Amino acid sequence: MKRVGIVSVLGAVVRRDLTIALRQKSEVLTTLFFFVIVASLFPLGIGPEAALLRRIAPGILWVGAMLAAMLSLQRMFAADYQDGSLEQMVLSPQPLGVLVTGKILAHWLLAGLPLVLIAPLLGLQFDLDGRSLAILVASLLLGTPVLSLIGAIGAALTLGVRGGGVLLSLLILPLYIPVLIFGAGAVEADAAGLSASGHLALLAALLSLAAFFAPWATTAALRISLE
Amino acid sequence: MLEGKDLACERGGRALFSHLGFTLGDGELLQVQGANGSGKTSLLRMVCGLTPAADGEIRWNGTAIAALGEAYRESLLYLGHHNAIQDSLTARENLSATAALSGLVLSEREAGEALRRIGLRGREDFPTRFLSQGQKRRVALARLMWSKARLWVLDEPFVALDAAALALLAETIAAHLGRGGLAVLTSHQEVAIAGISAQTLNLSP
Repeated sequence: MKRVGIVSVLGAVVRRDLTIALRQKSEVLTTLFFFVIVASLFPLGIGPEAALLRRIAPGILWVGAMLAAMLSLQRMFAADYQDGSLEQMVLSPQPLGVLVTGKILAHWLLAGLPLVLIAPLLGLQFDLDGRSLAILVASLLLGTPVLSLIGAIGAALTLGVRGGGVLLSLLILPLYIPVLIFGAGAVEADAAGLSASGHLALLAALLSLAAFFAPWATTAALRISLE
Repeated sequence: MLEGKDLACERGGRALFSHLGFTLGDGELLQVQGANGSGKTSLLRMVCGLTPAADGEIRWNGTAIAALGEAYRESLLYLGHHNAIQDSLTARENLSATAALSGLVLSEREAGEALRRIGLRGREDFPTRFLSQGQKRRVALARLMWSKARLWVLDEPFVALDAAALALLAETIAAHLGRGGLAVLTSHQEVAIAGISAQTLNLSP
């Protein structure tokens, strides 16, 4: 037996969560299929008018990704809460912030990254050109981790609350608004002939802000939920 | 040394106990007894620092545990009602995951060894969902086999175990106390731990 540093502890948490998720594939797949279906319903409902679809595409893809990422939020800590693993994490001599960061990272890898990867394919349904697709992917790449980070605070706060799922959405969706505005705005700005870099820079700023504060707030929320 | 001073507990607006005190020296065992709902689990969670005490203070080697933080958690092992094992992981994976939380890397061989000692030979690589209640408890208890913690806090460790596992657990606890470790446990049954005279703390009014 040997002692290890913080990075390997983080790695162990991520690895554990990924192993669990890959054994119960339904979790990853529901998120992904939800996104695919929501994004596909709009072109079917609105009709094949290319100019209109191009205009609404960024907003729809972003809202879809947001709702899909939110579907799996409640499960971020729920299983660990029920089987007592969360107590063990709180009692671990490792800083809880590091363990929580690992859980958030695992959530993003399972619920955020797949959305980023499938988005360009869905963008094709809306007749987006290659340049817009690239910006869409960039904005999602910067934005979806923020969704996981902010979502973790809500997931921790609503642990063990009856009907926590609805409460979680009400709590978290308003906080997602800035990400939505700058994320969808990046693609729209580029389509309008402006530079998208301002929007992307703001998303990156949101990401660093969330990465700094969210694990800390989640830690505090978890301790309260476990009392 | 673990001390509880003037402890009080309140759950849902009802006082469960108050002015409770104990002192536990090295190599000693504290057995908490009491009827259902008398606050045994609450007391154990207090000792771990999971639930703050409504009144009073718990000290580890003379310092309040709230002030010690990570230094205290380093010397603590808590086994609650829940086994803290994930159904879809194998026994071995569960054990390695728990070890990682304590900042230890458990090799495949070491994890297998601990599981064999607790009587799970041949079940190491089964998803724990297929194990019986008692076997799941054994997976949770396998942590005791490699733990380096000085203070063991065990909530109903004997539940769901068969006679052989009971004897093994009693032996493991005795060995831990023999090394100068401390243990706090709750139990409804009297379990003889060889050569150890336990302090008892009765919470029933």
